[in-house]
Amino acid sequence: MDFTEHDSLAEFRKAATAWADEHVDPAWVDLEHTTGTHHNPELHALLGAQGLLGAGWPAQYGGTDVDPAYALAVFQEIGARGLRMDGWVTTEMVARTILHVATEEAKQEIVPAALRGEVVIVLGYTEPGSGSDVAAAKMRAVRDGDEWVVNGSKMFTSTAHMATHVFLLTRTNTEVSKHKGLTLLLARLDDPGVEVQPVHTLGGQRTNATFYSDVRVPDTLRIGDVDGGWGVMRVALVHERGTATAPGGPTLVEQVAAWARSAPGADGAPLLDDPTVAEQLARLAIDEEVGRLLGLKVRWVASTGGMPGIEGSMQKLHSSEAEQRRVDVLTDLLGEQALLAGDAGPLHGAVEWALRKAPVSTIYGGSSEVMREIVAERRLGLPRSRPIG
Amino acid sequence: MDLSLTEDQQALRGSVAELFEKQATPERVRAAEAVGHDAALWRVLVQSGIPTMGVAEELGGGGATVSDLVVVAIEAGRRVAPVVLPEVLTAAALLAGPAAGADLLAGVGEGTVLPTVALRPLRDGTAGPVAGAAVADVVVALDGEELVVLSRREGVAVEPLPDLGGAAIAEVSTAVWSQRLVLATGDEARRAHADAVSLWRVLTAAALEGLRQEALRIGVDYVKDRHAFGVPIAWFQTVQHRLADLATAGDGAELLVHEAAWARDAGSVKAAALARMALLFAGETAFATAAASLHFHGGYGYTLEYDIQLYYRRAKAWQLALGAPRYELRALAADLFAGEAA
Repeated sequence: MDFTEHDSLAEFRKAATAWADEHVDPAWVDLEHTTGTHHNPELHALLGAQGLLGAGWPAQYGGTDVDPAYALAVFQEIGARGLRMDGWVTTEMVARTILHVATEEAKQEIVPAALRGEVVIVLGYTEPGSGSDVAAAKMRAVRDGDEWVVNGSKMFTSTAHMATHVFLLTRTNTEVSKHKGLTLLLARLDDPGVEVQPVHTLGGQRTNATFYSDVRVPDTLRIGDVDGGWGVMRVALVHERGTATAPGGPTLVEQVAAWARSAPGADGAPLLDDPTVAEQLARLAIDEEVGRLLGLKVRWVASTGGMPGIEGSMQKLHSSEAEQRRVDVLTDLLGEQALLAGDAGPLHGAVEWALRKAPVSTIYGGSSEVMREIVAERRLGLPRSRPIG
Repeated sequence: MDLSLTEDQQALRGSVAELFEKQATPERVRAAEAVGHDAALWRVLVQSGIPTMGVAEELGGGGATVSDLVVVAIEAGRRVAPVVLPEVLTAAALLAGPAAGADLLAGVGEGTVLPTVALRPLRDGTAGPVAGAAVADVVVALDGEELVVLSRREGVAVEPLPDLGGAAIAEVSTAVWSQRLVLATGDEARRAHADAVSLWRVLTAAALEGLRQEALRIGVDYVKDRHAFGVPIAWFQTVQHRLADLATAGDGAELLVHEAAWARDAGSVKAAALARMALLFAGETAFATAAASLHFHGGYGYTLEYDIQLYYRRAKAWQLALGAPRYELRALAADLFAGEAA
């Protein structure tokens, strides 16, 4: 075995840094923190205009001749500067699904505009009454001539207040079993029947609840077959992840350890001199290394042409559960210092913030329960335990 | 990056897996428990060149990498084979350095000398309980400034100590092990011993990883078979989810063991820290897996008749041969975090 990870984007790092130095406004990071919106319209428009969003896409749908590896290096550099691009992440996911399953008309209408940065698409799967059980969606869509009339509500439609479209999982047939009556529609968020209400979260992110009354969607923006939505979801949920890792800064554990070398404990001696502190940090470092290796395995399986479904579930399960163990230990380790938020606290309040944002990691992107089910059934060959419906 | 075994390693795995499956059956493991050593298995291992396979070819060994040795140790661990393989391989590595060890090393290769290693340096003439010492001919140990090979005068018997994992444990003291051959002195001695203990960590982690894989298999097979309340107990989510967590940690342990071996072979500066990580995590995961697997057996798991108890005891015992994990954790913290104050 060989555990050396070569940076496949090494030759682009310098240019990516130069791009970010020129275009990324450091004030955007503060803006992201105050608004809780993980999308910056100015940045997004710029990336579209410069052809970075279209890098690697087919030319007939607006793909540009920008090297996709360079574009990925730029995106990673943007991330390294503390900015998230959730608007692009969801737009890309849906645009890829459209390329796979939609009509030519829908592809031409949506994909080039998305790659120019003019169309921003958010996800509308989760509802107030359904999350992990995504196929239980109740939102109704009824055919009316060349249009669909949509009624219902969606939860956690993050970025909807900044986007142009929402990718709605709707129920078009109530006479069949729950997986068979679903259809995906791409609705415009400026439709008068759409209402976006902010939802604020523990970790500071702003998400939304969105409500739809008699929202009209042309049949040309139906993505995939009528009642064939579950098949479309299976395409949409297998969104490809890049196989390159971003250049890593010090982990939170390493940052706390560095801080603990000089920060005094209750007895006045550096915290790291306390053997129990050293032991706890060492344990957390092992957890982090294991998480890194499980991620490495995902990329290894993908790079050899495999589908890392089980490995991805294991990595997600481990890293999210480890994150929660970690913040619990680190906050206790910091004691009263962990109470202080922002610049009042050590490491600019990183540990206080980590505690607040940790709970979501085992919930979104497939809850830990769903991940365990996948591992139990597909790796261990155990029987399906939940009711089939 | 390449996370697959080489073709040679796959072939090696196949042959040693077969060897241990035949020669370390649960019956043989039970029969060897009191002594902690299966002499017939040992002879087969000698015939296969395993005790010296990690020694350089020009010194008469097999020239295997640590990554190769890990493949063997995993298979030995899978069958909880009743030989102290990590200790033997580590002792062979220590004898292979200095010229003074050459005759003994040849004896190890021929099967006339059974060596083990004292992992903790001697203090006031004793190294405490040492795995393999109840059956070994020689013990390699660090005594102050000297790396020595200890042996007993003719007729001096060693007292085997009853133990948790059937590992042929005896107290090693210079009173009993009174004859000494010096292999190295000073910094060279200390460095050689520390490096050998680091090798032992990787090999023991590998043995624990093999043990873990089999403990998981035993547990998964049992829960699929055993019925309660009209269904296989594998049907219950509490059972499934605990096994899924263990399988996930297990994939991590397996990767960490191979990474630690790769780091040693590649001469990485992280090798020492990764060896500690591998031992700590492989030990913790192996014990958690064996304990859960035993638990899912219900009352049968508590009986000596079922094999899972063999795994449960060794999952804890193998790691603790080095001492309490807290010292390892502290040393790991020093490896990782010692540096300029922030």
